[in-house]
Amino acid sequence: MSVASFFRSRRSKKDIPRDVDSGILIFDTTSEVISAEKVLKENGWQIRVMGPPPEVQTGCDLVIEFPHMEELDILRTLREAGVSPKEVVPVSSPLLRPVDLFNIKDFGGHLMVRAANMKITVDKKSLAIVNISGGGCPDVPYLASEMTGKNLFQAPSPNDIGHTLCAYALQLAYEEIMKRCSQ
Amino acid sequence: MLAIVGTVPDKDFPITHGELSLDGDLLKISSSYIHVNRGTSALMAAAAVTADMLGTQAPYGFLVGDIGHGKGSRDLYSYLTEHIHEFELDTLTFHYLQPIAHWHDRVLGAVMGLRSKPVLIADAGFMYAAKMSGSARSYDLFTPDLGELAFLADESSPHPFYTRGFILHDENKAPDLIKRAYNHGNAANNLLVKGRHDYVVHKGKIAATVSTPSVEALEAIGGTGDTITGIVSALISAGYEIPEAAGTAAYANRLAGEYADPSPATSVFEIISCIPRALDEILGKDGSVTKGVIHHA
Repeated sequence: MSVASFFRSRRSKKDIPRDVDSGILIFDTTSEVISAEKVLKENGWQIRVMGPPPEVQTGCDLVIEFPHMEELDILRTLREAGVSPKEVVPVSSPLLRPVDLFNIKDFGGHLMVRAANMKITVDKKSLAIVNISGGGCPDVPYLASEMTGKNLFQAPSPNDIGHTLCAYALQLAYEEIMKRCSQ
Repeated sequence: MLAIVGTVPDKDFPITHGELSLDGDLLKISSSYIHVNRGTSALMAAAAVTADMLGTQAPYGFLVGDIGHGKGSRDLYSYLTEHIHEFELDTLTFHYLQPIAHWHDRVLGAVMGLRSKPVLIADAGFMYAAKMSGSARSYDLFTPDLGELAFLADESSPHPFYTRGFILHDENKAPDLIKRAYNHGNAANNLLVKGRHDYVVHKGKIAATVSTPSVEALEAIGGTGDTITGIVSALISAGYEIPEAAGTAAYANRLAGEYADPSPATSVFEIISCIPRALDEILGKDGSVTKGVIHHA
């Protein structure tokens, strides 16, 4: 499932019920979280990518919230995929929700989509990515250099080559602009 | 001397430091040449052309390669912690670095231990780390865009990705967000908020706004916020008071954008090339600000 569709569906009945005890999986890097999210969703687990509670925040983090009673099976799935978490802890305080609002700007010949602090702009006719801006994590200039100038549907996705929360935000904007340019 | 700390998107680029200058369309640091696009290279290039135009000492750079793994940032944090005392700095600007709270604290501790504390400026990832670690008040200037201002105003958010929806930016709310950021101790002594209107804030009060010329395409161009931070850093190092430098930088960046006549596909280097002309337009022969659409509240 794509990141954007994850956000669209996160209020569905399939979501983690509030009365079920939750745990969180903590990883060393955001790119490991993105890999683990992909593995778990491909295997049908009902998990959510969230912000960590204050006691485990380091600065640029995501965690995976999961039903605690499924811990052993989930850890086995991750171990087999080679993306084991560094720590598993119970949820003791409310988790932060990622931003899920988009801002759209039409410049006439160009369309810009912003998600959180990241913006992507494409040429509406050629569908070339003409600019990526915003953000503050060091993979933003890297993502921009790898994606700018390429066709929107052929460029590498931020989730595949990025490593930080800014990359995760750009992925949301990227999926939204692809959706709009497909219509 | 102004020093600028940041990263380039090349994982094999080692820690490099040295005087910064432009050579054609490349940024020169020590014996290395770097393409100027968005990010720290844009900030450094803007600072270098500003210092050159003002006739002041060239800025100094500390760079490392990092594509988001954070290793380069950690190496540079460690280097600065151990060596920052070896440099004579009047102004120190931190930029695209992996926001890691405990490393931020170590670097800040080393800076605060210097015999003479430089003017401290933070933007991008390092500003995120400064806010998250509760050290915003140790800084003289933050240069957030509107989205980042909302993040500063949200006392519970450790990164702009988690800014709560009810706080997320609405240009009309900027004065409220500024107030909220100061109330929670999450703003530097001065802010330069970059947006449709640029706000210069001094100790919680809006001292000036800059709204023209308005060049809509600039919002889409990666690096146009970085260039403002580069210009204001060089002006402060040249002796301008922070609010005056911030207003001048905001106006100069807009003018340079207008001169470049950009589309959303324009490269930031085209705008950097126009900064000297913009500063020449704004500053009088004696270096005083003679023009500008700066409205003091």
